[in-house]
Amino acid sequence: MVSEVRELSYAQAIQEAMAIALEQDERVFLMGEDIGVYGGAFQVTGDLVHRFGPDRVRDMPISELGGAGVAVGAAMTGMRPIFEFQFSDFATLAMEQIVNQAAKLRYMLGGNISVPLVMRFPAGSGTGAAAQHSQSLEAWLAHVPGLKVVQPSTPHDAKGVLLAALADPDPVMIFEHKVLYKSKGPVPEGYYTVPINKSETRRIGRDVTIVASGIMVHKSLEAATQMESEGIDAEVIDLRSLRPLDIPAIAASVKKTHKLLIVYEGVKTLGIGAEVSAAIAESDAFDFLDAPIMRLGGAEVPLPYNPELEKAAVPQVPDIVTMVRRLVQGAV
Amino acid sequence: MPVTSNMPPAYQRFSPEQLKGFLKKMLLVRRFEESAEAAYMRGLIHGTMHLSIGQEASAIGICSALSDSDFITSTHRGHGHCIGKGAEVKFMFAEFFGKEDGYCKGRGGSMHIADPSKGNLGANGIVGGGIPIAVGAALSAKMRKTDQVVVSFFGDGANNEGAFHEALNMASIWKLPVVFVCENNLYGMSTSTERSTAVKNIADRAVAYSMPGVIVDGNKFADVADAAHEATLRARRGEGPTLIESKTYRTRGHSRSDRNRYRTKEEIESWMNHDPIDLFEADLKQFKLLDQDEITALRAEVENEIAEALEFANNSPSPSLAALTRDVYTVI
Repeated sequence: MVSEVRELSYAQAIQEAMAIALEQDERVFLMGEDIGVYGGAFQVTGDLVHRFGPDRVRDMPISELGGAGVAVGAAMTGMRPIFEFQFSDFATLAMEQIVNQAAKLRYMLGGNISVPLVMRFPAGSGTGAAAQHSQSLEAWLAHVPGLKVVQPSTPHDAKGVLLAALADPDPVMIFEHKVLYKSKGPVPEGYYTVPINKSETRRIGRDVTIVASGIMVHKSLEAATQMESEGIDAEVIDLRSLRPLDIPAIAASVKKTHKLLIVYEGVKTLGIGAEVSAAIAESDAFDFLDAPIMRLGGAEVPLPYNPELEKAAVPQVPDIVTMVRRLVQGAV
Repeated sequence: MPVTSNMPPAYQRFSPEQLKGFLKKMLLVRRFEESAEAAYMRGLIHGTMHLSIGQEASAIGICSALSDSDFITSTHRGHGHCIGKGAEVKFMFAEFFGKEDGYCKGRGGSMHIADPSKGNLGANGIVGGGIPIAVGAALSAKMRKTDQVVVSFFGDGANNEGAFHEALNMASIWKLPVVFVCENNLYGMSTSTERSTAVKNIADRAVAYSMPGVIVDGNKFADVADAAHEATLRARRGEGPTLIESKTYRTRGHSRSDRNRYRTKEEIESWMNHDPIDLFEADLKQFKLLDQDEITALRAEVENEIAEALEFANNSPSPSLAALTRDVYTVI
């Protein structure tokens, strides 16, 4: 008898992680907008309020700045809050507490206080929600020392990263892609963690390294599969953690493939691709490169509503295929 | 024997020895700041500082209602709050001088002194930044079922920040054990409350959040202490927050860049004639709780403590450059 691997959706996996944490650790509580009986805008908290009550699955007023500060204060004084932004875009309202407070208090106060805070950010485009509900702002936060920023791409990682974040004494920002919430994948039962400082090689290949984050991991894997028939063997690395960045793993891959493409949904300019590119250019992998490092990122535009325009504003599978072909054929 | 007729409740609630302790703290605040100012004038300090000279009764009066296990959040003008909550001046001076023995190991400076072992969650450099954090600490106290209360100190400038309004609303709907203390010293840097604030009294804003709004003469220790006593009792009874407006005045400028162009010499002098330390000493003598000889001895004791603290800070080592990035994270 082969036991079938249990599959859960990305949203269910996150919910299961939160349920395990709520069950195991009385310091853990959730706060956010409409996360109680409504179940969260993307049904990630679902029916948790019925299992754990409204104190621990706490609806808050529409007060992102104040709410984020409440989470910081609770984290500083013995609790383990998990704060849900309804949309990652609304983090712009709470930047003061995230950037000036959560990220800095430990260092600024001489290491005497930790802020074990977990924040969840439903991010990304593809839902027709237009410019104020579709952004990928993870690079903003990854710029700030004191924060850890992760971007899980699979249900397995979404659960394990959340449990690892809760075990971490420092603030961890988790960017979840809204389009991935319904995607399914194998998820082990019970407690496990996924390291929040390591990338994951999703496909081993020899011709080109594709470093991707979030939903772009899936698009890159699809592109890699399409290119098999052309004899192009792409390696796909899921970045998973934006701060800290796992540069050694990427450098090792580049030394093998001699070519690097970085694919991410956030706006291309000054995005995560620039940092990965620069870090590899500065590393001992530079001498192994046979082609310029290339980036595919979001267009320099507020995300549009029209579905065709919206798709055109972020990298798609054909864009990745085209770019990889050019890299492999020496056309860049 | 103390004279008890017409004696404010605070003078009856506290023993003469305790009252002497509060006077000592007020003197320590005053002498700490005067010494800090002198060090600054002599070019020994490279950073900035914000003096609360004239506001000592407000800080010490409020903290008289707190125990070590209660929390405070403080402001850029926070030396008095720190001393009120039990900070030692030698470690404060060391921080002011940027030394390794300072409360923040030289990473924070005058504006960020924190001592979690005494419930001081830190002085905050962002106007209004500490207010939601205090509400979070109060939520934590309630969820952990302790009888801790939290005091959030802030100035009149903060009452026009969104964080103030969001935080007061949340504290009220969740009936949290927090006391909001607005030290209204009439100016947010150079802008008077008359020009910046739509209500006559900041305490009037309590109505909008269904909590008591109390106005006290912030230069009278007993008035402040009695208001803090009532507000903390209410908080510990689970009845929710109070907003105390402590009307006071800083006789020094906002910071070192201030040239006092926005107020008159006469105004400053009239407030200097309403000095909180003079008023407190006069009261203690009038009610025969302390005599002039004891006050003279106390002042000498404070002088010694300040001199020893300055010496300690001067002799404290500077932080090692190798430790530049220590404490950004607890674990990488």
